[in-house]
Amino acid sequence: MAAFADAASPLSPTNIFAPASTPAKSIFELSLFVLAVTGAIFLVVFTLLFYSIVRFRKRANDDGREPPQVYGSNQVELAWTIIPILIVVALFMATARVIAVVQGTPPPSTAIEVTAIGHQFWWEYHYPALGIVTANELHVPVSDPAHPSPTFIKLLSADTDHSFWVPRLGGKTDLIPNHPNRMWIDPQQTGVYLGQCAQYCGTQHAKMLLRIYVQSKEDFDRWIQQQRQPAFVDDAVSQGQRIFETTACINCHTVSGTVADGRFGPDLTHLMSRDTIAAGAALNTPDNLRRWILNPNAIKPGSLMPAMESNDQELDALTAYLETLR
Amino acid sequence: MSTDALALPRTEPASRPVVASLHEWVTTVDHKRLGILYMMYAMVFLLIAGIEATVIRIQLIRPYNDFVSPQVFNRLFTMHGTTMIFFVVMPFLFGFANYLIPLMLGARDMAFPRLNAFSFWMTAFGGLLLYFSLVGANGLYGAGNAPDVGWFAYAPLTSRTFSVGHSTDFWTLALLVSGFGSIGTAINIVATVLCMRCPGMTLAKMPLFAWLNLVMAGLVILCISPLTAAQIMLVVDRYLGGHFFDTQAGGSAVIWMHFFWVFGHPEVYVLVLPAFAFVSEIIPVFSRKPIFGYSVMVGATVAIGFISMSVWAHHMFTVGMSSAANNFFVISTMAIAVPTGIKIFNWLATMWGGKIEFKTPMLFCIAFLFQFLIAGLTGIMQGAAPFDWHLGSSYFVVAHFHYVIVGGIVFALFAAFYYWFPKMSGKTYSETLGRLHFWLFIIGFHLTFDFMHIPGLLGMPRRIYTYEPGRGWDTWNFIVTIGVFFQAAGILVFLGNLAWSYFRGTAAGSDPWDAWTLEWSTNSPPPAYNFASIPVVKSRRPLWDLKHPADPDWNYE
Repeated sequence: MAAFADAASPLSPTNIFAPASTPAKSIFELSLFVLAVTGAIFLVVFTLLFYSIVRFRKRANDDGREPPQVYGSNQVELAWTIIPILIVVALFMATARVIAVVQGTPPPSTAIEVTAIGHQFWWEYHYPALGIVTANELHVPVSDPAHPSPTFIKLLSADTDHSFWVPRLGGKTDLIPNHPNRMWIDPQQTGVYLGQCAQYCGTQHAKMLLRIYVQSKEDFDRWIQQQRQPAFVDDAVSQGQRIFETTACINCHTVSGTVADGRFGPDLTHLMSRDTIAAGAALNTPDNLRRWILNPNAIKPGSLMPAMESNDQELDALTAYLETLR
Repeated sequence: MSTDALALPRTEPASRPVVASLHEWVTTVDHKRLGILYMMYAMVFLLIAGIEATVIRIQLIRPYNDFVSPQVFNRLFTMHGTTMIFFVVMPFLFGFANYLIPLMLGARDMAFPRLNAFSFWMTAFGGLLLYFSLVGANGLYGAGNAPDVGWFAYAPLTSRTFSVGHSTDFWTLALLVSGFGSIGTAINIVATVLCMRCPGMTLAKMPLFAWLNLVMAGLVILCISPLTAAQIMLVVDRYLGGHFFDTQAGGSAVIWMHFFWVFGHPEVYVLVLPAFAFVSEIIPVFSRKPIFGYSVMVGATVAIGFISMSVWAHHMFTVGMSSAANNFFVISTMAIAVPTGIKIFNWLATMWGGKIEFKTPMLFCIAFLFQFLIAGLTGIMQGAAPFDWHLGSSYFVVAHFHYVIVGGIVFALFAAFYYWFPKMSGKTYSETLGRLHFWLFIIGFHLTFDFMHIPGLLGMPRRIYTYEPGRGWDTWNFIVTIGVFFQAAGILVFLGNLAWSYFRGTAAGSDPWDAWTLEWSTNSPPPAYNFASIPVVKSRRPLWDLKHPADPDWNYE
């Protein structure tokens, strides 16, 4: 958790005004312009309102006569029609420019391609070119503005609508079944960037958290090598592995190289390479892992993983097995 | 010539048994009684939906709070949103439209009194159906279960795969049924405004109130229809094997979004145009000047009506539309700021050079102007699509639309309540309690909704039942929740004021505000037939002409 403390803005690790990637920066610049324009309009109109309620209030010594009856003025109406139209045109031009930058940028040949699939209530990630499948914690290389290596993310959904929002890296884009979307980021600083699902997707929408690990080129390459390894096999935990492979676990989870090839839940081949479990809802500690297997609803009420109702001995064995999947 | 000369002598009705009186209320086709029924009904749902909001805010007062479960929380925000839009704000506005339009037009009733009663009871039945889900949604299993798909109920969360049981069906049918009521009322308003005006009242001499409600009613007819169609498609999907929104069988989730927001955005103007109508009547009277730029106000209203039909997909900037579509909805959304700005400037110009009296209705109108200005400006921010990629679906948008609906529409509604209470009840309200209500409510409003923008800017999405500490959201959420209690206190003072004034208030007389439109020329409360003889008008301010025979308005219009 300390990993993001240094990179974050003092206000919040998810502050939209602390951009660290080109799309987020373009939006940030636009937002400053829009804030300046709307702020100026506010000041002018508020001043007029304040002045008129002070200046034109009914005085204590009022003579009881009606004020002059004014019915309107075409010149004045024309003025406060044309000036707003000009402001609207300026705002539109600035907006259209940023839409073009964010939506119109084609992926360079150096781009990393990732497919993100939203599930109730976790994230599945594929790196098709690298042959990697992982969950919930997305690793991407840092992008040097001189030699950009942006990450282009294809967004799919396996069930309901979700939305991918890591505020410091870019705006949100929805993951909608039958409606593939795309977004890109080019984070320019290493660190962990937080976010979460931003489209109501069901009971546990709140704990569908996003974590993006932006790594140096070397660290990222090391991570790729490690993720490509088959699952680690350790005879010392064969009892736990046997329980895993003979219960419902394998209906939903994959551990590559074993009989476990379920697709409904996160791939567990390199579970221990992740900092968190349950889509960021809890730290990946042996204790939490044990609590999670015993009763997922205790950590994430409404989670679709069933409680396994294992006894203590089975739980210990299962946890010990999972602990070896690094 | 005093207006009292026009009013009839008061006749005290003989007291009747309660049952007979209730029976009269249930079977009434009188537009005034139906108006009051709409308001009483909305008041009940206001309390229910207000309690739902309070529970939501208590749950969010601190990170990892466990006041309610996620399941309950999701039902609460679904019911809060659905109730407030369809069963609080719309009935309040329809109630005022029903009560006031015939009086302002110099008519004896709405064009179709029985359609009027039918529409009210359909709306009422819709609300009851929604809440019947609490006991009936799981039918045979006994356990109640309110809808939990969110008030815009995005597909495919509403499909039978993800929404088992019947709670979504109650939501669908409630909106379907009340939608028929809304369309009936809208047809009635259009017919009344077009056909029931008193002699001399051309369209250009109608009070702005009637114009704004005419455009509102037109929008209701246009926008409720796609909602109704979408609900029917959803029922077909859920029970007859349709695949409109069933993504697992090739249906489209995005089509639902289009259907919903083609309704949903004009709906915002359905709600806000009547609020404009209140303000356009109240500000002139308390500034002692006619509305500035009447014809421009009418033109701006019609322009808002047209443009509001072409902005819906600004609710969908994050669903991955093409950049061309995004650009179109940016420009149409920003364009609507122009006629809306014109309105704000005209209200300011009406106050300019007047003699402003700060009675409770005017206080609420001034707060309306201030808050609606801010709501409009945060709306422009979200109209800039890339900015909305952050702000949409965050707490910023929640703050924004509550600024519109509470800061704008509800403040205007309170202004209307205080302004027309003497007409409807025949009694004066307590100015002291009115001011107390105003200050409690405005403090609560700003504590809640000003500070609610900030967690949105710091990355807090809407509709989450809890959040982790360390995101910088804790303090803001705490302040937001505290504000709720001030607002609740304000509402209680308001209800207390209404009740106390109704039973203890002094007689108001027919024209307590020295106002200018026709409803003030008849008794308070008006008799069943409204006017002893149908009035004849020559200008937009018939009572001004009566009070100033030497300098009537028709010389200037």
